[in-house]
Amino acid sequence: MIKLQNIHKFYRMGKNKMHVLKGIDVEIKEGEMVSIMGSSGSGKSTLLNILGMLDNYDDGSYVLDGNTIRDLSETKAAQYRNKFLGFVFQSFNLISFKNAMENVALPLYYKKVNRKERNKLALEYLEKVGLKDWAGHLPNEMSGGQKQRVAIARALITNPKVLLADEPTGALDTKTSYEVMELLKQINKEGITVIIVTHENDIAEMTDRIIRLKDGVIVENKTAHV
Amino acid sequence: MFDRDKWQEIFHTISKNKLRTFLTGFSVAWGIFMLMVLLGAGTGLQYGVKEQFKDTATNSLWVFSGQTSIPYDGLQPGRSVRFTNADYYWIANDLDGAEETSGRFYLGASEVVYGNEMGTFQIRTVHPGHQYIEKTITIEGRFLNEIDIREKRKVASIGTLVRDAIFPEGENPIGKYIQINGIPFKVIGIFEDEGGKNEQEILYLPLTTAQMVFNGNNQIDMYMFNISPGSSVAESKVIERKVREKMAEVHHFSVEDQRALRFWNNVEGFLQFQNLFDGIEAFIWLIGIMTIIAGIVGISNIMMIVVKERTKEIGIRKALGATPMSIIGLIIMESVLITSFSGYIGLVFGVGVIELANKFMPPSEFFGNPSIDFQVAITATIILIFAGTIAGLIPARKSASIKPIEALRDE
Repeated sequence: MIKLQNIHKFYRMGKNKMHVLKGIDVEIKEGEMVSIMGSSGSGKSTLLNILGMLDNYDDGSYVLDGNTIRDLSETKAAQYRNKFLGFVFQSFNLISFKNAMENVALPLYYKKVNRKERNKLALEYLEKVGLKDWAGHLPNEMSGGQKQRVAIARALITNPKVLLADEPTGALDTKTSYEVMELLKQINKEGITVIIVTHENDIAEMTDRIIRLKDGVIVENKTAHV
Repeated sequence: MFDRDKWQEIFHTISKNKLRTFLTGFSVAWGIFMLMVLLGAGTGLQYGVKEQFKDTATNSLWVFSGQTSIPYDGLQPGRSVRFTNADYYWIANDLDGAEETSGRFYLGASEVVYGNEMGTFQIRTVHPGHQYIEKTITIEGRFLNEIDIREKRKVASIGTLVRDAIFPEGENPIGKYIQINGIPFKVIGIFEDEGGKNEQEILYLPLTTAQMVFNGNNQIDMYMFNISPGSSVAESKVIERKVREKMAEVHHFSVEDQRALRFWNNVEGFLQFQNLFDGIEAFIWLIGIMTIIAGIVGISNIMMIVVKERTKEIGIRKALGATPMSIIGLIIMESVLITSFSGYIGLVFGVGVIELANKFMPPSEFFGNPSIDFQVAITATIILIFAGTIAGLIPARKSASIKPIEALRDE
């Protein structure tokens, strides 16, 4: 599903060049659930952004489901994101003036699905994450766990091949974190590749494979004991 | 671009962000409102100035005599030049280019009596052509005619205010005799004048009668004539020169003596006023354009803030698959919608204020009948809307080019 070869990434800060990713080689198969770990500054978020086509890379190659992702135009990147990827963020990133259903339906708007169909699907996905009764509520009327579940429903509605989650449990308490992880595992069982960036060991332990980054290189790539 | 879904998305965004929408809308509405009020006030001012010229033909030349200031032909300066009937008849019969003509012999303010009523009024003793030069409108009876002049009839045409002052209400003055400085004159007509109150508080008598009755001999004080309508200033100057040369010859003064003969050239005077109108108009446009620019700056400012405020939302939308074009479209359509709607509101209010002023403000000497050229108003509104769009485009493009990751980091 995902094949990274010798990925390099630099950040330019004034005259200094920061080498953030120093040759990353990773292969992730369809239907895998993988976590990327590392302390802050290890390059894990950068890697996720590159995977999510939210950021460019400087050298190497990235193939997603048979498509080479390299120097895409903004428009093309937007189309690929819409087609292949679903995002879940630490800070949820729901649009504050839209209610739960409208937030979930938004990706379909960019897929040119009509309003009725969108809202119907959005309700189905909200039901899936157990929030059907909250469809009409605004994000600020919901708890963190509920918000994250809305965000997951939103990420899933386009039926993506890969779900990318950036510290999905970072802002949640342990109990809610585990609930969210359960949900993600369930989604993974339905055949969607899930990639989670986290710095919490117990969260990483719940995935099939842990990729550990340190100073821009992979220091560990092990399949978790099942 | 015009699918229903997009509009729903925009309406949704607008209705959920009322304060932001109101602020943007208000700056646009205010700009248009100010422009409308200024344009209206400008036309009112112009109208007022034009009104000043209403009762005098703009193609007339008035000729006044003065005192010589240059020695000529052995004569000392300081002699008074006195016009005579012969001068007038030369103008009336022999001067090429003069159309309607009249002399004036001054009587000054005189006592006018009818029955027990008495008043003091200005008397103008003139020729029949005077009614065309001063735009006198006879509403009853007739004005003076050639026969009155030839036979020196004791007749008078009186202004409406004179009638109101000395005739009892309901009595028809035509055919009645009034006393002017003790001499009876028969009223033959009543007139109105657009020049206002002063021009209706006077009486017109035949010039020849006045010369005879009030010891004027063959003397006249000044004369005036129309030249063909639409004549240029240069053409009027040629005629002025002809008059000057003839008078210099008849009355023995130097052609170069500016004080011996003075002209009030309405062709030239009107041109000066015309320039004044143009100046006022240019000034109004200048202010209008400045107002529009201020409006544009206001809109750009607010659009800039709006886009800044929405950076995160834009980032989310992009992460969910929004293309840069759809982001630009969203922001632009929103700004067009807000500017056109509030522009319209400003237009309506501006026109409303002008209409109210028109209705309730009494027209004065310098201001009256304010109005708005609707085409100008619409054009200005469209320009402002267009400018608002452009103003929105720059920050919209900038925001659309932000990497979603940067936008999402923005807290």
